[in-house]
Amino acid sequence: MEREFDSHHHRRARTQGFQVAAAVSLSGISFGALSVALGFSVWQTMVLSLVMFSGASQFAFIGIVASGGAAVLGAAIASAGLLGVRNGLYALKMSSIIGPGFFTRAAAAQLTVDESTAVSVAQSDVTSSRHGFWATALALYAGWNIATLVGALAGDALGDVRTWGLDAVAAAAFLGLLWPRLTAREPIAVAVAAAALTVVLIPVVPAGIPVLAAAVVGIVVAVYRHRVAPHAPQRTDGGTS
Amino acid sequence: MSIWVGLVVASLLVWALKSAGYLVPQRLIEGALMSRVAGLVTVALLASLVMSQSLHQDGGIVLDARVPAVGVAALLLYFKAPFMVVLLAAGVVAGGLRFLGLMV
Repeated sequence: MEREFDSHHHRRARTQGFQVAAAVSLSGISFGALSVALGFSVWQTMVLSLVMFSGASQFAFIGIVASGGAAVLGAAIASAGLLGVRNGLYALKMSSIIGPGFFTRAAAAQLTVDESTAVSVAQSDVTSSRHGFWATALALYAGWNIATLVGALAGDALGDVRTWGLDAVAAAAFLGLLWPRLTAREPIAVAVAAAALTVVLIPVVPAGIPVLAAAVVGIVVAVYRHRVAPHAPQRTDGGTS
Repeated sequence: MSIWVGLVVASLLVWALKSAGYLVPQRLIEGALMSRVAGLVTVALLASLVMSQSLHQDGGIVLDARVPAVGVAALLLYFKAPFMVVLLAAGVVAGGLRFLGLMV
């Protein structure tokens, strides 16, 4: 009886994982098409999806480099890295769930992103958490990379970014990644401040700098709020990709 | 620095950050401050990227077909449309307005 109950939970965790992975993988098509349309080669696009494997960081990297070329590479690297910091925090959470074994942990590390962590922590017991993590992680890694390749090959044929509105697609992608995080007053206030600061800075500083200034706003507000209200309820890590 | 080098460095950096979480003893970093910083930095960066991607062009602010496209995207997100639908709609709006010659 207990066994049946357990395997039911495990199966449900895996099903959830596959569903989330399938839905999110599709955006890999937009990433691949956009990246190639912005001037990256199919190979460069694939390295981003295979090695970087973190949607927000990938979109940020290609968006910033496209806006300023080699001159803004530093800002592009920094932004991709800063957006990747939360994966490191997810990893802290996942570390105890994944368990021992060098290769298992190394593989889990590369696959620790918003979706795999979200499905995993939503489960009620550790084994289901593990099932949920691996189902989401492996399906997403395969799906995201296949979708990227499809998009990159299609993007090659698309030509000019603006004709197809792909520049607006990139903006919408960032908005779509931001939206699920705006669940409380604190993240909303930070988003508004960061957006306003960006608009003010764009005409006066080189490309890539506004985004880093915005990151500083995030850090300052986090440190300040931590001092004033260390235990305020918040949920800013529930996004997709 | 060539684009390739930057791309590989950025990719390895994002990978290293994930791996670091598995290497560091939990009690050292885990805490309310770190998760707050990571959460709010993510929000700030994404909000900034939304603005620069929808308004920035050649070192200045330009209001073109991207603006209504992002407006439609926001509306769809408000009504909980799937990510892919939001992206498609934004492309159709911006591409459509340009095709019809209504906006640049």
